[in-house]
Amino acid sequence: MAVTRHSDAVAPVRSSGPVTIWFTRHVSTALGSLGRIVRQPFASLMIILVIAVTLALPAALHLAVKNFAAISGNWDDALDFSVFLRDDLSVSEAQGLARLIGQRADVEAVRFISADDALREFKQQSGFGDALDHLARNPLPHTLIVRPSGVNTSQSMMLLREELQNLPETDLVQLDTDWVQRFQAILDIARQTILIGSMLLGLAIIIIIGNTIRLDIQNRHDEIEVTKLFGASNAFVRRPFLWGGFWYGLFGASLALGLVQYGLYLLRPTVARLAGLYQSGISVLTLDAGESLGIIGIGVLLGLVGSWSAAARHMRAIEPR
Amino acid sequence: MIRLETVTKRYAGGQEALSGLSLSVARGEMVFVTGHSGAGKSTLLRLIALIERPTTGQVIVDGQNTGRIRRRQIPKYRRQIGMVFQDHKLLYDRPVADNVALPLVIAGVGHREAQRKVRAALDQVGLLHKEKQTPETLSAGEQQRVGIARAIVTRPKLLIADEPTGNLDPDLSLEVMRIFRRFNEVGVTLLIASHDIALIDKLGCRRIALENGRLQNEFEDDFAIDFGGHPPSASEQDQWR
Repeated sequence: MAVTRHSDAVAPVRSSGPVTIWFTRHVSTALGSLGRIVRQPFASLMIILVIAVTLALPAALHLAVKNFAAISGNWDDALDFSVFLRDDLSVSEAQGLARLIGQRADVEAVRFISADDALREFKQQSGFGDALDHLARNPLPHTLIVRPSGVNTSQSMMLLREELQNLPETDLVQLDTDWVQRFQAILDIARQTILIGSMLLGLAIIIIIGNTIRLDIQNRHDEIEVTKLFGASNAFVRRPFLWGGFWYGLFGASLALGLVQYGLYLLRPTVARLAGLYQSGISVLTLDAGESLGIIGIGVLLGLVGSWSAAARHMRAIEPR
Repeated sequence: MIRLETVTKRYAGGQEALSGLSLSVARGEMVFVTGHSGAGKSTLLRLIALIERPTTGQVIVDGQNTGRIRRRQIPKYRRQIGMVFQDHKLLYDRPVADNVALPLVIAGVGHREAQRKVRAALDQVGLLHKEKQTPETLSAGEQQRVGIARAIVTRPKLLIADEPTGNLDPDLSLEVMRIFRRFNEVGVTLLIASHDIALIDKLGCRRIALENGRLQNEFEDDFAIDFGGHPPSASEQDQWR
């Protein structure tokens, strides 16, 4: 068996290229900054905790809105129209109309509830049974419960509603999902509020990290001065602080994810009870991979912005004297 | 290597540290700048290191007019110069070897090569066996030698030193000067600010004596005061410290 060996084992050590130098520099600076954070575990943990809580708050709210939206989305799929027919329609006329509507492509099913059935049901459920017996005639109309087929868009739903409303036999069409739409409008407001709140909290993180880095710069005043005396550029001096901001952001965001997951774990029994009450398979949506990465990305970005702003402001002030 | 042309440095408040000073130091020369506190020694070195800019006049170092060097280019310029300070300016949170390696790290020298150069520099100042210790554990003389190793690790053509023996006793001072001498012998230009005239006389190097921001003889001409060129007495030296 012939084994070809590359000659790199005997090749002399070459001096590294600029990219390699740049890369090794960054790796060593990154590790150095990490070491600094690890060597002050208590102070670092405090800052990371503050960042984590500040990030976890909007993440949790986002998750709550996402879950409510998902639940209301389920309702949205199952929305029915209640078509109340005119008083003077007979049962057979109403049934004929039900069959006719049931043949439409955009309708999945039609259920006919006669006025008598409706009254009986109402008597049972409302508890006004005796009072209702005194009525001279049944005040309830015949009703068709129209379930649109799943292919409908919200636009074709509107169209269907309009057409049902325009039928001569129709008195009133009620979309049972009106309140769902209102709920979604509320969710939209919640989303926007969370977005604005998140921005403010993001600003807070930038300030927290900026302040931490500012203190760090002050503590390392002598070191910065000496490195500048030996020809360090501002970029060189800034680099470890940027990495410091990066690590704070990364660890803070990771811990925030942990906090959110732990919160979900705590909520699990409560959600299970709710699902039991609704006899439905409500399950809690967790943060997906994209959202988790997004939160970490935001944390890192805020860390970099915070450290950069602090470094830009305070670095120039330190010049050899 | 160094040329000053009618350099004046006036600080805010009107105080003049240098007044129309002209001087030159040739390549490969080892020159001492003497004079008491406030004579302008430190200011001269700071102008060369571009820590400060002259109010008027020109400072030319290794053919470069420092007045043309912009702020962003200062780091690159400083990397050509080795600097030694009276207070060492070592970083006490890291071992000797890392202190010496600092200029190499700044210059982006690879780890392996840097290690080799650090060891060579420490060997030259006789501290190779202490590379892993922190500066705190070293004596003042040893700390200054670490500072010197750091200044020469990049093999600069020019080395400037501000009172490098200011805190050292005579024996250690002489040792430090001998180290400087050896660098001079391999072609390094040295400009050393010192008030230790007895020591300088022992080395037999050129002296630039400053007095109130001018060359001393000019000062004498202006005011017709004859200092006689005698080395100052011990009490005078103490006063300058």
